[in-house]
Amino acid sequence: MSGTTDGRTVDVAVIGAGIVGLGIAWAAALSGRTVAVIDAAPARGATFAAAGMLAAVSELLFPEEDLLELTLTSAALYPSFVESLGVDAATVGYRETGTLVVGVDAADRHTLADLRGLQVAHGLNASPLLVREAREIEPLLSAHISAAYRVAQDHQVDPRLLAARLQSALAKLARRSGWVHQPAIRQNAVRLLHEKPSDSHSRVTGVALHDGSTVAANEVVVANGLAAGALGGLPGGLELPLRPVLGDILRLRIPSPLQPFLTETIRGLVRGNSVYLVPRSDGTLVLGATQREHGTDVAPIGGVYQLLRDAQALVPAIAELELLEVTTRARPGTPDNAPLLGRVSSGARGADIPGLIIATGFFRHGVLLTPIAAQICVEMFDNPGDPRWHRFRPDRFSPHSLKEHTRA
Amino acid sequence: MSVTTSTHRDSLIIDGVTLNSRLIMGTGGASNLAGLGEALLASGTELTTVAMRRHSASTAGSLFQLLVDHDIRVLPNTAGCFTAREAVITAELAREALETNWIKLEVIADEHTLLPDAVELVDATEQLVARGFTVFAYTNDDPVLALRLEQLGAAAVMPLGSPIGTGLGILNRHNIELIVSRAQVPVVLDAGIGTASDAALAMELGCDAVLLATAVTRAQDPVKMAESFRHAVIAGRLALQAGRIPKRQHAQASSAIDGRPDL
Repeated sequence: MSGTTDGRTVDVAVIGAGIVGLGIAWAAALSGRTVAVIDAAPARGATFAAAGMLAAVSELLFPEEDLLELTLTSAALYPSFVESLGVDAATVGYRETGTLVVGVDAADRHTLADLRGLQVAHGLNASPLLVREAREIEPLLSAHISAAYRVAQDHQVDPRLLAARLQSALAKLARRSGWVHQPAIRQNAVRLLHEKPSDSHSRVTGVALHDGSTVAANEVVVANGLAAGALGGLPGGLELPLRPVLGDILRLRIPSPLQPFLTETIRGLVRGNSVYLVPRSDGTLVLGATQREHGTDVAPIGGVYQLLRDAQALVPAIAELELLEVTTRARPGTPDNAPLLGRVSSGARGADIPGLIIATGFFRHGVLLTPIAAQICVEMFDNPGDPRWHRFRPDRFSPHSLKEHTRA
Repeated sequence: MSVTTSTHRDSLIIDGVTLNSRLIMGTGGASNLAGLGEALLASGTELTTVAMRRHSASTAGSLFQLLVDHDIRVLPNTAGCFTAREAVITAELAREALETNWIKLEVIADEHTLLPDAVELVDATEQLVARGFTVFAYTNDDPVLALRLEQLGAAAVMPLGSPIGTGLGILNRHNIELIVSRAQVPVVLDAGIGTASDAALAMELGCDAVLLATAVTRAQDPVKMAESFRHAVIAGRLALQAGRIPKRQHAQASSAIDGRPDL
């Protein structure tokens, strides 16, 4: 369907096999399109670290109310997204357990009460519990917590399992449908190819790979997180203001006498610091996460200490667990913490550049937002898409010259 | 509380088990196992408590083996637990590993004071009694709480003299006396003992036994200190049984002037 190249030809080429890229590729494949996912190290970036909380309600923050419609819509899509894989929900760690939000000191109680006010104002349900009631649900919670709320609708998924399952499902679908190429291309993308090589605002026709080969595609989706900004051939004037926000996260093993350690996700505010504990059905626990914009991709002692200290304030018995893993990854942050998602306008012609969709900058919400990102992309293959999501267009931070003809 | 005149028959009976020493030892703070063994022998103790979260019952040559070798009964404890649930899990592990229903229940509020968390303690006592444990409840020196624990089925109540490891002795004698006067179960003074006189005082106040660890394990000469506590507990017990003289504001000559030989 697309221009001739020396390499492969697909309907949709997705750059980046993190959870978002894989989700988009899967949805595209389900829509009957042939797909290639381009990544030298699939699911080893932020996806590898992510805890997988689907916490549209308890992640709501005062300055980020614009995100709520997107996160709630995506959370609601999760059951059908998981179902589309044709496997038992448990195999991707999708669990509809609730979330307990707890505070430790009087100021935490105050902050959580304010947040609950915001949640209620948006029609969301966070039920206040007595400390005693919270500890009946989770007896290992500290006796010394100051406030507790239960958010029944904030669930969890295991991003590593989900990413693995998306890859295998895609490969299986490719085999069954008799695709010429493997859907997974274990290489990094170097550059976008354009219909007119000299005009970066012309139609995007494919992707040049690290080994010099190319993939021709009707649609190219740029979903490679922080690396998106460094991709060659992006439309001139388009700025993708991505910055790395490092996160350190721990994985712990629960000795059998202590199981079940927790039955719900615990999100705590511990003297102003946020910490969360996500119990997995395999007897492990995910404890996260720091958020820092300095240092390296190796976890600093201070950050790990703070996580353990705050977790112990919430659940003292955490001291009995075994430390399996300390993982550090960079989240792709944006100035407004919202994703860069949609088409890019061509300043000169006033229309969107055909063949190109950007889907990056998901920051803390990549796992939660995967189903809606996938749905939005597939809709945009066919039509301009739902105008509700145009406020997340990737060119919203770009110079006026690029945006001047952009439709509202 | 029955007071007998014969020191040889003055045994402490808890849950049907006769203990001929009223000194219960702890093991925390010992710098080496051999020294601890000597100190335990010197103390004459027949019951010694061990933290289940710090010692593995299955390890050969462990503290547990030492106690078996010295014919000392083990009282597992739940040191390091902050919630009732943790204490119950730890007690169950102890019962499985050591085949004893006895458990010294500690539920601590925080690392800074190591004081018992009264609410968790009450919850844990109730749960453990329901599960068939013989509960030795380590508690604050609060007469109301001590009575609550007894009512919930604790086999012994163990009020602190002062916080764990402080060596401050008995800070509220009146409360200890009040606890003793109302208790139908043995009262063991637990925690805060610094030196021999503290233990003797506890016994004089009517406690049925004294539990201590660091006063011995962290003394410069643990074996000698252990021996001093053996004597102190016996001394305090004897003094209580002997019946002390009343306290007076003014002197009273020990020999009356009446009938004095006129030399």
